[in-house]
Amino acid sequence: MADKMKKLNFKKFLKGNALTYLMVIVAYVILFVMQTLGLLSNSLSGFLVPICAYVVMAVSLNLTVGIMGELSLGHAGFMSVGAYTGAVCSALLADLIPFAPLRLAIAMVGGGILAGLVSLIVVVPVLRLRGDYLAIVTLAFGEIIRNIMQVIYIGKDANGVHFAMSEGALNMAEGGKMIVRGPMGVVGIQKISTLTMGFILVMITLVVVLNLIRSRQGRAIMAMRDNRIAAESVGISIAKYKIMAFVTSAVLAGAAGALYAMNFSSILSKKFDFNTSILVLVFVVLGGMGNIRGSIIAAAALTILPELLREYADYRMLVYAIVLIVVMLVTNNPKIKPMATKFWEEKIAPKLPKKKAKEGVVNGK
Amino acid sequence: MYKKIFAIMMAAAMMLTCLAGCGNDKPASSATIKIGGIGPLTGDAATYGIATKQGAEIAVAEINAKGGIQFELNFQDDEADGEKGVNAYNALKDWDMQILYGCTTTGSCVAVAGETYADRYFQLTPSASSTDVTNGKDNVFQMCFTDPNQGIAAADYVKANNLGTKLAVLYNNSDAYSTGIANAFVARAKELGMDVVAEVTFPDDKNTDYSTQLNQAKDAGADMMFLPIYYTPASLMLAQAKDMGYAPTFFGADGMDGILALEGFDASLAEGLMLMTPFNATATDTRTQNFVKAYTEKYGADLLNQFAADGYDCIYAIYEACQKNGITAESKPEEICEKLIATFTSADFTIDGLTGSGMSWTTAGEISKTPMVVEIVNGAYETK
Amino acid sequence: MSFLTNLINGLSLGSVYAIIALGYTMVYGIAKMLNFAHGDVIMIGGYVCFVSVMSLGLGAIPSILLAIILCTLLGILVERLAYKPLRQAPSLAVLITAIGVSYFLQNAALLIWGSAGKVFPSLLDGIPSLQLFDGQLTVSGKALVNIVVCLITMTVLTLFTGKTRVGKAMRAVSEDKGAAQLMGINVDATISLTFAIGSGLAAVAGVLLCSTYPMLMPTTGSMPGIKAFTAAVFGGIGSIPGALLGGLLLGVLEIFCNAYISQELSNAIVFGVLIIVLLVRPTGLLGKPIREKV
Repeated sequence: MADKMKKLNFKKFLKGNALTYLMVIVAYVILFVMQTLGLLSNSLSGFLVPICAYVVMAVSLNLTVGIMGELSLGHAGFMSVGAYTGAVCSALLADLIPFAPLRLAIAMVGGGILAGLVSLIVVVPVLRLRGDYLAIVTLAFGEIIRNIMQVIYIGKDANGVHFAMSEGALNMAEGGKMIVRGPMGVVGIQKISTLTMGFILVMITLVVVLNLIRSRQGRAIMAMRDNRIAAESVGISIAKYKIMAFVTSAVLAGAAGALYAMNFSSILSKKFDFNTSILVLVFVVLGGMGNIRGSIIAAAALTILPELLREYADYRMLVYAIVLIVVMLVTNNPKIKPMATKFWEEKIAPKLPKKKAKEGVVNGK
Repeated sequence: MYKKIFAIMMAAAMMLTCLAGCGNDKPASSATIKIGGIGPLTGDAATYGIATKQGAEIAVAEINAKGGIQFELNFQDDEADGEKGVNAYNALKDWDMQILYGCTTTGSCVAVAGETYADRYFQLTPSASSTDVTNGKDNVFQMCFTDPNQGIAAADYVKANNLGTKLAVLYNNSDAYSTGIANAFVARAKELGMDVVAEVTFPDDKNTDYSTQLNQAKDAGADMMFLPIYYTPASLMLAQAKDMGYAPTFFGADGMDGILALEGFDASLAEGLMLMTPFNATATDTRTQNFVKAYTEKYGADLLNQFAADGYDCIYAIYEACQKNGITAESKPEEICEKLIATFTSADFTIDGLTGSGMSWTTAGEISKTPMVVEIVNGAYETK
Repeated sequence: MSFLTNLINGLSLGSVYAIIALGYTMVYGIAKMLNFAHGDVIMIGGYVCFVSVMSLGLGAIPSILLAIILCTLLGILVERLAYKPLRQAPSLAVLITAIGVSYFLQNAALLIWGSAGKVFPSLLDGIPSLQLFDGQLTVSGKALVNIVVCLITMTVLTLFTGKTRVGKAMRAVSEDKGAAQLMGINVDATISLTFAIGSGLAAVAGVLLCSTYPMLMPTTGSMPGIKAFTAAVFGGIGSIPGALLGGLLLGVLEIFCNAYISQELSNAIVFGVLIIVLLVRPTGLLGKPIREKV
């Protein structure tokens, strides 16, 4: 009896959010100590900030795809808005605020806010469309943002900040500094992102998303996903909750973009194309729809994987593709899966509502 | 459960790679200088990365055969992406790289140059031509012309040789290289009082339709068209221009080099095309001929272009500088960096290579060499 | 006159999009999955045709047939290995597998054929161009072939799905898998057949695409793939005439935007129009309205 109780508690622990937080904190502490002591390889310490950014991207996309049940193919668009805004903020504030973490925090907030504002434009189709039609709109939207980023020029000189669609039109005074240069992207970014700042952003994201899921609003969002009509009939305002989930997701992606941008001395709009959106979607699906912890693990593992495969040289991306396919087959095929399952005792009860959501997403029914 | 299995898969993959890695580790030969290389080996821009890699490998093999200083080149893939470039750079640091050769593409190179500047590694890029690559970084040097310099040189050449009275420019507006040259060209052409009648652009796309752009240039009456674009889109554009019967003088930048080597390309389309390229594979000097021979023996005629030649010259420039400073396998990267910077910027350091003779570098890291223009006549380069 | 020239260029480009979109639409209609690897099958079709003309020395027609056959086989193989085991799985899982297949095909092509672009042999040069209005307007042979092939494919497919037994089975499966099974239709085989037809179409699209824009690279198929996917949704995914309409409109829109509005922002404008159209007609131009059962 006591044994059973214990098992139940353990189950609850595994299911609960505590483990997720604990996992992130432990990982941070270990990595931070190792980094401080210089025990990490250059390769690994180079990944830390991008992994934090991708984790935030994956968790925030999971809010849209897993929790709200709408397929989004343009998440990188919000990231790029955040990245550009953050980089510009940081460049403009460089003289005013010498304290880097504060500047980075402001840049992330700025990136998040602008991405959130932009997402309000996308919300209109989000309310009207569903399924693949919504997916294609988000894809289109991501491409539009990328295209616009490519023709934006921003410069700063004694007269203030200039904004134009071509280099010549900037009309910069002598000694002015270009910050955003169209296809050349943003160059000369000060690298101020650190593991600690990345960790803080991940924690904030987790607090926001996990609490949202557990709240009244979160339950409403999931009710909407599982059965929209039933949800509507009990008085849940579809528009309100969709906007809430979508904008939250975009704000977090924007902040992640700012964190990401500030980890490199230059960024190009090309980086935030369809492929990056897809990459983040892969994290979410592989980690499990609606499963926040899974998203974190998948984002970290899949960011490191191609680097581990460097030894295969030319065959690197081929092996990556095969791993991706095999993992999907193993985790989803009814014949292969039980075989794999046998190796492990059943500790986690199958999450039933999750499956329904997945089917609902692409079928648009 | 998903995650568990996923975790096993990942763990298995990691074990595998680790094992493979352990197996591949060669015992470091006692006295090799470790040169790290970065460029795209997969993805859209792979062709440029592979060319720079192969050119450099020829030079490394030649140098090692001479005895004396021994080089080891470890070339890593960056998919022409800044993030992957920095990853590759970090992996190379773990490999104990001493000098960095690369990156091939501008975007990735700017990101990596920021790192090498902070870490004090000497960096020489074969082909990343934006001024952002070297701007503010004393440790980064270029083997190719910067984009603005190339645009200016092109405009000067057009003016001096009266190639046309009404100019049109066609460029890729989502590409730093293309836009950089085009902007400088247009500015310079206007300065020289030339008439730029059409500036047309196209986005990054694989199968672009150039018909509208060509029509605009044609309607504007352009008799010369400047094409600061890579040879891959250029081959399509030339075919479309022929289809619509539009034949102005076409003038390309160094990205155009390689067009004749494209498998299946109808060389008659490029007849009369002029381009600025530092390298001519049919040149008769012994250095070029030796290189061409060694290259074709090892890799065939594939990608025997200015990217490969720039890569070859880069390794030789590093070699000369290393010899001058007595760099050995034991030298620390920071020490090498300071010494090579001093050498590269000193007035008496010049390099004769495939892409020019008497090449020297400014303190900004930009190269100075004479631009060379070739015209395609009977399917082969003819130096003008 | 330049307006007409642009229109014809747009229709020619749109025809290629339409054929690619057809592949997306058919597979989607029946398997309810977005086959992201479709664009890469196009690229493989292009390479097969290239190799058979340049290395094997075959003529245009046998090469095209070879490309169609090999792509069909490839489609069946991919379906067996990667998609069939996931028939019961959620569609997003299949989507990710399709992305994996897409990466795989691209990188396999990179290893086999190298990274350097290859200029596609001009198979359609023998087709004379059409002179209209006393030679003021020239319609190139390639454009003619694209448009004609597109119309033929569309007609054949419409007849096939409408009149033949197998075609009817396909429609039945797309309507209701369970009911179709009860009526004695082999659902699995029907889905496999759809993949085979879709991949064969991809080969045709590959040859047309590469003939019109003769540059072959391992990533050749990806952007047209995305555009055609957009076209399929534009027209109403799952609908064959919708794919035709969507493809043609997208092609014309793209060219007109380049010619008359802005080249820098052409992609943004094309996608912007798409969003606006979808706002007005949320299930695409010819898509069936989604009926919800309560």
